[in-house]
Amino acid sequence: MASVLTPYRHLLRGQVRAQTAYRASFVVNLVSNVWATVADVLTVLVLFRVTTSLAGFSLAEALVMVGLSACGFALADLAAGNIERLRHYVRTGLLDALLVRPLRALPQLLLMDIGLQRLSRVGVGAAVLVAALVAAPVEWTPARLALAVLAPLAGALFFSAIFVAGATVAFWWVESGELANSLTYGGKDLTAYPMTIYGPAFRRVFGFGLGFAFVGYYPALALLGRPDPLGLPGWVGWVSPAVAAPAVGAAALLWRVGIRHYRSTGS
Amino acid sequence: MGLVTATAARDTSSNPFAQIRGYGALVRSGFRRYATYRQATVAGAATNTVFGFLRCYVMLAVAAGAGGVAAGYRGDQLATYVWFGQGLLAVVLLWGWSDLADRIRTGEVATDLLRPIHPVALYLATDLGRAGYATLFRLLPPVLVGLLVFDFYLPGRPGTWPLFALATLLAVVICFACRFLVNATAYWLLDIRGVTVAWALGSSVLGGLYFPLRFLPAPVAAALYLGTPFPSIIQIPLDVLVERDPAPVQVGLVGVQAVWAAVLLGACQVVQRRAERRLVIQGG
Repeated sequence: MASVLTPYRHLLRGQVRAQTAYRASFVVNLVSNVWATVADVLTVLVLFRVTTSLAGFSLAEALVMVGLSACGFALADLAAGNIERLRHYVRTGLLDALLVRPLRALPQLLLMDIGLQRLSRVGVGAAVLVAALVAAPVEWTPARLALAVLAPLAGALFFSAIFVAGATVAFWWVESGELANSLTYGGKDLTAYPMTIYGPAFRRVFGFGLGFAFVGYYPALALLGRPDPLGLPGWVGWVSPAVAAPAVGAAALLWRVGIRHYRSTGS
Repeated sequence: MGLVTATAARDTSSNPFAQIRGYGALVRSGFRRYATYRQATVAGAATNTVFGFLRCYVMLAVAAGAGGVAAGYRGDQLATYVWFGQGLLAVVLLWGWSDLADRIRTGEVATDLLRPIHPVALYLATDLGRAGYATLFRLLPPVLVGLLVFDFYLPGRPGTWPLFALATLLAVVICFACRFLVNATAYWLLDIRGVTVAWALGSSVLGGLYFPLRFLPAPVAAALYLGTPFPSIIQIPLDVLVERDPAPVQVGLVGVQAVWAAVLLGACQVVQRRAERRLVIQGG
């Protein structure tokens, strides 16, 4: 087992050394990555300066959703965020070099571009979630505690699946640009707000169809002990972390189809 | 490689018509270059459209929660604000420009220094061409989609549209100058990723993309408008468009932009001159 993992460990170590080589730049990177999450939280705080409630949710309640979303997204971004560079590898033909190695392509790609500078963001995301859960009126039970830990982890899996699925677009459409961002970064924003603010069609497609509603909104309802204004029963919040499973399955399937479809750039 | 400076190559004909023709060709080439990235244009416009929906729903919820008017913006004004903002960020090209930094790192910038045009003018001219293309294919499509789904506020004063056009042009120049300065840090740092992230965040949060800056306490907003160039890039053109303020203030805001454009272009010249003195072409 150890020998199977050794090459991956070397890849990881190489990345750590390379990314910390320009030390000043790495530190600036760490700090600016904190700001990405701080900016999201700041935005919600500023919005609540001009309004006292967002679709019936108070600031503390809204921040629980922000925390769940930020935590899950930051973890996924650390592990899988740089998979978006796949289109660059497809265009330049670098992917061929990965495919001829006797290692799996996806783990190689994830390790080659792991975003160490995003470690700081995971810390901030967790801090926001904890602070929001302390501030919000949560009646703590062992089940709620378990959900508070499980929901961000499931969110991380869910967002990782979105990152991988979004990147596979590059197998068919190299110049897809930032299209995948609308589901990754857009998904992060989408899950950070109550589903009740969105229009019915938009909510049906992105919230329920793609499953984003089950990353932030429904776990938050279960943690806060609030009924769903949209009418779904109370147990939905408790089982919502399970949404990660079909998401990972779908992403794996897409990846498999995509990499089989890959025919190199031909140059 | 010997002494390469922009000044060493500055041997232009004094014929102003030839110069104007030269800049015209650069603007056209900028337009044409981006016109070839057709798939990227479609993908970008689609992404802006998704974010337009997201931000618009949030802002409408804020306006509803605040009783119809949030910090002086009505719901329909916020809808216009959000959707034009999504288009505008592509027109000014807020993110994702590292042409100059890449050329500095690889040493290709030496070629730019040998050209008989000042590097700042060279890059600005191509960027104006790019912005023209983006106005047609990145600003209009999301705005039309938004217009179909949401109630927009459309300007009532006759002077607003031309003033918005001027504000947008100044925003392009200001944003270009900021990007040039960010890229020029590569002369000293080589790896500018950290600076780029800092710029992306500063420009989007303090520029009014996440929320209109008037949502902040008035003194803070005023300090940002006057003391930093960020609101001049997104916020001010949008404030002008949705007629947030009476006409004299509208014009005054564009005046603030004009000052920032002049200051920043001057800063670009200074930075470029200092950079050339210390530039060592990589691998030369």
